[in-house]
Amino acid sequence: MKMNAPKKAVLVIMLTALFLAALLLCVCAGSVKVPLGESLTILKNGLFGGPKPEGMNASIVLSLRLPRVLCAALMGAALSLCGVVMQGLLRNPLADGSTLGISTGAALGAALSIVLGISIPGLPIAGSAAMAMVFSFGSLVLILALAWGIDRSFATQNIILIGVVFTMLASSLLSILITFSGERLRSITYWTMGSLTGKNYEQAAVLLGGLLLFGTPLMLLSRELNAFAVGEENALHVGVPVRRVKLTVMICASALIGICVSIGGSIAFVGLIIPHMVRLAAGPNHRTLLPLSAFAGAVFLMLADLAARSVLSPLELPIGVVTSLIGAVTFIVIFYRSRKGGVR
Amino acid sequence: MLKAEHLTVRYGEKAVLGDLSLEVQEGEWWVVVGPNGAGKSTLAGALGKSVPCEGTVTLAGRDIREISPQEYARKVGVLSQNHSAVYGFTVEEVVGLGRYARHTGFLRKGDPEGSGKIDGALALTGLSEMRKRNMLTLSGGEQQRVFLAQVICQDPDILILDEPANHLDLPFQQELFSLIGEWLKTPGRAVITVMHDLSLARKYGTHALLLDRGRCAGQGKASEVLTPEALREVYGMDVYGWMKDLLNTWNE
Repeated sequence: MKMNAPKKAVLVIMLTALFLAALLLCVCAGSVKVPLGESLTILKNGLFGGPKPEGMNASIVLSLRLPRVLCAALMGAALSLCGVVMQGLLRNPLADGSTLGISTGAALGAALSIVLGISIPGLPIAGSAAMAMVFSFGSLVLILALAWGIDRSFATQNIILIGVVFTMLASSLLSILITFSGERLRSITYWTMGSLTGKNYEQAAVLLGGLLLFGTPLMLLSRELNAFAVGEENALHVGVPVRRVKLTVMICASALIGICVSIGGSIAFVGLIIPHMVRLAAGPNHRTLLPLSAFAGAVFLMLADLAARSVLSPLELPIGVVTSLIGAVTFIVIFYRSRKGGVR
Repeated sequence: MLKAEHLTVRYGEKAVLGDLSLEVQEGEWWVVVGPNGAGKSTLAGALGKSVPCEGTVTLAGRDIREISPQEYARKVGVLSQNHSAVYGFTVEEVVGLGRYARHTGFLRKGDPEGSGKIDGALALTGLSEMRKRNMLTLSGGEQQRVFLAQVICQDPDILILDEPANHLDLPFQQELFSLIGEWLKTPGRAVITVMHDLSLARKYGTHALLLDRGRCAGQGKASEVLTPEALREVYGMDVYGWMKDLLNTWNE
């Protein structure tokens, strides 16, 4: 999709407005409704140094909801970006951190670091994030090596099947770990379905840092990913440094998934639904697919989190339940269509 | 221009291409022929750097292993047989990928000649009208033309084409081969085509390499290599007699 500069500017402005609207909605709505005007005043004063907002609503907006909504947006963008790049690299529209089992591998790493007490001094969350990153990269390499061993084509069925088996293996190991760890680990539901309850600004900052550090290189690979999406051998023949690009994508994507999982558990299917929808709307060219997916992923996960905490309020659903409900349907649609020849 | 010495390719223990040497000079059109499994496509892959091999291949005296993928793609264009569309890119987007190695400068954004070359390649392959079409809606022959256009707009000095006439109907085959002949007239260029159609090979090739189970069964001037006797030896049947027979059915 090529567009001229004014059209692009209009699109960027519209998307930014949509993003801000979703963010505001998620800050206002929930089990306690904070009126829009009051929310805006609280945000303005809280963020830009007006008179210090006080009262119940102020602490709900500033200490509970805003950091949580920011975490949701950043995780949504990161997970969706990871989905896009893996689908491009493997030429497989069903590849995603959750379908490949990488997220569960990362969760296992994060849980293990908590049980073993691995932490980096001064940065309490960095220990589990680092372990999650290492485990997610290890899982990705292992899954791809197994798929490669079968037929060297990364065929859709093989990768998905290996992913399913790997997910089962990793989640049983995780269950064993939880059983023996007593109170130190949260429930299995947290790790396999994710949750954004009680997220703070520090975690949002880690997510933002991760996104800048590992998301930027991915954003710059749009032409290379286009070539891979057309065919790996073709990519090599038009001059793409295939091995370097593959390694960059695998390291950056698994690092991002690792960071997300260590902070919010594994939230499934975001990287599957969003790229699919964006491809339907704007075509498969990564120049537009990458930024649009990151953006749409952010909006989607903010809204999914809102649904998770308000549909059955005061009960809270794990956010992964919401994304999986939508994701499973999308998965079936894509699978059905790709078996019948090609995905748009 | 392109020179292979003692080229060997193994898949596991088995050598699918053994101790092959070849030198392609400017202005030559090499045709690589042989029965199924003779190693024709493997040779194209080895020369195109997509199949790992033993021995040495040099381009203008430099070992191709020391040449970066981008630089190699500027000099050698490869059309392989393995392509199928998964995502719905437009024809124009796929052809444009041929310019990948020509982009230079900050974030590799610059390619002043790009759009002209893309337009030219689309026109040459008869795809101008289809440039906005979705790859998933094209027939096999049309997709083949898209990848041909891609390798043409890559603008290399040497073309390595693995079965370029695949899926193409007869008028387009004829057009394609005369097109390659025209392309070759510019000094500093050479072509290698892998072909299974022996008549086409004999008609268009200036030089031929005849492969038999991974070994060279003859190489040199096409008229001297592709003889009825040599073909009988390699194919294990009277190929020439059969082709003549086929043509004669039209006169009955």
